[in-house]
Amino acid sequence: MFAYDFMRMAFGASVFVALLAGPVGWFLVLRGQSFAGHALSHIAFAGAAGAALVGWSPLTGLFAAAILAGGAMGVLDRQTAQRDVAIGLVLSLAMGCGVLFLHLMTRSASIANALLFGNVLGVSRAMLASLAGFTLIGGGALALLARPLLFASLQPELAEARGVNIRLLSTLFLMLVGAATAESSQITGVLLVFTLMVGPGASAHRLGLSPLAGIGAAALLAVAEAWGGLALSWWTDAPVSFWIAVLSVGVFLLAGVFNRTA
Amino acid sequence: MAEPAVTCENVMLSRGERDILSGVSLSVPEGCFVGLFGPNGGGKTTLLRALLGLQPVARGRITVLGDAPGACSAQIGYMPQSRGGNGASLTGWDLLGSGMSGNRWGIPWRSRADTLAIREALDAVDATALADRRLGALSGGERQRLLIAQALIGWPRLLLLDEPLASLDPVRMRDVAERLGRIAKQRGMTVICSAHDINALMGVMDSVLYVARGQARLGTVDEVMTTEGLSALYGAPVEVCRAPSGRLLVSADAL
Repeated sequence: MFAYDFMRMAFGASVFVALLAGPVGWFLVLRGQSFAGHALSHIAFAGAAGAALVGWSPLTGLFAAAILAGGAMGVLDRQTAQRDVAIGLVLSLAMGCGVLFLHLMTRSASIANALLFGNVLGVSRAMLASLAGFTLIGGGALALLARPLLFASLQPELAEARGVNIRLLSTLFLMLVGAATAESSQITGVLLVFTLMVGPGASAHRLGLSPLAGIGAAALLAVAEAWGGLALSWWTDAPVSFWIAVLSVGVFLLAGVFNRTA
Repeated sequence: MAEPAVTCENVMLSRGERDILSGVSLSVPEGCFVGLFGPNGGGKTTLLRALLGLQPVARGRITVLGDAPGACSAQIGYMPQSRGGNGASLTGWDLLGSGMSGNRWGIPWRSRADTLAIREALDAVDATALADRRLGALSGGERQRLLIAQALIGWPRLLLLDEPLASLDPVRMRDVAERLGRIAKQRGMTVICSAHDINALMGVMDSVLYVARGQARLGTVDEVMTTEGLSALYGAPVEVCRAPSGRLLVSADAL
């Protein structure tokens, strides 16, 4: 399967995506913000469809919308109960707008399909380079944020008393989630971003590893699941996203078994 | 007379439109163990947050360890009231480790020095065995003991504890209170510790700080905990009885 250029590109792209999505997902699960990650992917979809409508590259719209929306979510942070309702409403509105933009476009079906369910087999060289760039910048940012972010996630009030700027941290993190979401949707599509972001992170938590080991495990699991999905898709002809979703859930269940015997 | 660790001069604290405390003037000498009491919503937490620089001072002036609040957070150990529930899969070591220079950017490594400092604090409150367990498997009281240990890491000069004894069983409550008192004396720490039951800190604390209805009174137990004193603070008749065992009973039938 490595004889084909598009397969080599797909394997390369999924490494970059998974290396950012796994660790970001570990923090998402730790902070109980999985739902926010899900919402960002829908907003990214609206951004991509809107960009395509006015003739820009959907990829630009995807990243811009996800990162901006992540930032806005952090700035407007509220208490959890209100937050879920607010996120739910914005998510629906974004999806609605996305549908409208697609409706207004003439050749919408293929774009919609690629956005919603991913198009990892159509990754171009330029796209691979931009994914690598985002992972490098995003990974660097996460390495910088990791220490205060861990502290603030576990003990927000104490962190605040020690001079950590909670709101700034939360905003930067959600922007990072936006970038990771936009990257993941290149492979799994916006509807299945959960499989590469939250799945590996949640499995790592289930294994009961300490923070650094857990973050590493989340990255490795994400790479393994993405590659496994590509290989299985090659052999069975079923879509890549389907296999990644199956692997993601399978690994999560397996992690529970390991945790119990440990 | 030692130099005061905390001073308030005619301090007013408000949240939104509501004035929580007003006209508070007091001075806590260095090395003093202060029990902080008062009704729910009376301003105990607000006062502690003001000392940390997290709550703006509407009027008056506060100094903490001779500086403005928030200026010397490295020398203050703090245990907030809300315990946080994230990180069920992590251990006590991970939790306490996350706070070691947690305000600095970078990757959360735990250095050898960090590990030693954490172990020392855990030993001091008999919480070493708890630290290996997952946070999700700890009871509320067990998690609390870890957080008390965390506040002690590095032996800060000032310890601000917000309800550290809540949800501990009576035996453990007394044990932790006595340990805290001993540590504070040994290390010359100043402690301000809020609690619900005054008896839990009897014999441990040097002074009582009672806040209610926007007022605060600092004094010895005998000075503050009197029928007249508390009735004036509450603005309603409150009776203080002392049992032969030394226990205090605060009853407020008329409230």
